[in-house]
Amino acid sequence: MAAHATEGVLGQSRRPGLTPGLGRWIERHVSWFFVLPAALFLAAVVAFPVLYTAGLSLFRWSGAATTSLAWVGLDNYRDVFSGDPGFRNALWVTLYFTGVSVLIEVGLGVGLAQLLNREFVGKGVARTLLILPVAGTPVALALVWRHMYNPSNGIFVWFAELLHLPPQRWLADANTVLPSLILFDVWQWTPLVMLITLAGLVSLPSDFYEAAQIDGATPWQVFWRITLPLIRPTVVAAAMLRFMDSVKTFDQIYVTTQGGPGIASQTLNLYVFDQAFQYLHFGYASALLVVLFFVILAGNLLLVSVRRGQA
Amino acid sequence: MTGGTVAPTARRLARRVIFYGALVLVLGVFVFPFFWMAFNSFKTHEKILEYPPVFMFAPTLSNFRNVVWQTPFAQYTWNSVLVAFGSVAVGMLLGLPAAYGIARHGHRTLALSILVCRMIPGISFLVPWFIVFRALGLIDTYTGLVIAHLVITVPLITWIMIGFFEEVPLELEEAGRIDGCSRLGVFLRIALPLVRPGLVSAGILALIFAWNSFLFPLILAGVKTKTLPVVVYSFMTFDYLDLGGIYAASTLITLPVVVMVLLVQRQFIRGLTIGGLKG
Repeated sequence: MAAHATEGVLGQSRRPGLTPGLGRWIERHVSWFFVLPAALFLAAVVAFPVLYTAGLSLFRWSGAATTSLAWVGLDNYRDVFSGDPGFRNALWVTLYFTGVSVLIEVGLGVGLAQLLNREFVGKGVARTLLILPVAGTPVALALVWRHMYNPSNGIFVWFAELLHLPPQRWLADANTVLPSLILFDVWQWTPLVMLITLAGLVSLPSDFYEAAQIDGATPWQVFWRITLPLIRPTVVAAAMLRFMDSVKTFDQIYVTTQGGPGIASQTLNLYVFDQAFQYLHFGYASALLVVLFFVILAGNLLLVSVRRGQA
Repeated sequence: MTGGTVAPTARRLARRVIFYGALVLVLGVFVFPFFWMAFNSFKTHEKILEYPPVFMFAPTLSNFRNVVWQTPFAQYTWNSVLVAFGSVAVGMLLGLPAAYGIARHGHRTLALSILVCRMIPGISFLVPWFIVFRALGLIDTYTGLVIAHLVITVPLITWIMIGFFEEVPLELEEAGRIDGCSRLGVFLRIALPLVRPGLVSAGILALIFAWNSFLFPLILAGVKTKTLPVVVYSFMTFDYLDLGGIYAASTLITLPVVVMVLLVQRQFIRGLTIGGLKG
């Protein structure tokens, strides 16, 4: 009787003629059939590679199909932690780049969200424009920024001149390359923090504000005493999100500096990339990946505990 | 008496001027690189190199002509389109049932594992994929690229759609069950049509991110299947002299993204914050 309504992959097994037991079994466990394809995909394309990487980190291998793997145990890890200047540099660059850009993005994003949190003409347009940096193709944006930073004819040189700032070499100088990349990252991602915060602000209960108005609180007091405590979970969530993505930054840095000058802007991500695909140290790169994974895990756990502590 | 009313109005006006001034300034900063990208794409290479920057010039389409006609741009665009749409289509096949299963039957573990995909840097998959794909002959094939990009599309689609499926009233599904639908029938005939708006947003969002992807095709694509971001990047390394071509190609790549952003708007933020703002 239900045959007409149950076409499709699973439905066919419920056609009259098949044992009713099987149909009922499928029906009972049907929720597993919904998630099974995605679960298999995860196992094959995500979990397996992660385990494979963990395994490979115990070998030395040039990646050439003709050479065989050489078991080295924990040697790769020993090399990572004892005296690989490349790793130490990359770890520092990653923490610096991520830490500073996330701090600025969250501070600036929350501040600018205050500015936009009102009714004004063109609010929808403003919101759309703010999505653009987040959605734009990173490679295209990085190429534009790369040229904007060009020390001989980039527009930033001109801006600095207009503002009477001392001339900078931006990406070309080991001392300014990270601040320059951070500025690019801040430009790209502050809008996301703004929009997330704005969404959080809209859902705040208005009675606190009415009470504050009756008590004659200044806007500054209202922000620090009412708004900030109320949106704190949203802000921490935004910070977490930014941390997760900021550690992963690849396109923007690879296209603008390739980690240079020298290794001044080589993050862990780029260092692993070089070790694997430039020098073909696949075993060593795998060990680095495992370490990178734990760095990310630690960072996220830290942020989660900050969040829990507040809740 | 009148002075008392005039002063507040004047102050309100001043406030409004300051607000819109600040707004224009802020938006200007965030839009400027896009403007500069498009603006420079109409300059000749020599004009782009001029310092101080030129704001008045005779616009030319020669950069676009060069990019489109003197490189296999159509082929590259086709590669990008194929990989983006392919990974979104397969991503839907995997992600939609999963989202429904998670929304209706729990499966928290799966939900969280899918989220982990978003946490892990792409490079972690790339080393093992590269080795396995090479062994299987999947390097420089559309199949290989689509599989790789599923790591981007499946989490996005799943997490956005969980929210939409949760909003489908249970009564409607129960009514369907009473009318003799199987659970799969309920999913296909009742839940899916109701979440169609979400489906479109999730699809477009996943399309944007698959389209933007650079790291995966940088390693897994070859001469045949190179996608646009890899191509523009190679313009720079091999032919840095043609800045006009770089600007024109960057503009051409970004244009579809801008159109897609206009289509999704609000869902965009929701999609980017998947999992991050809940639980």
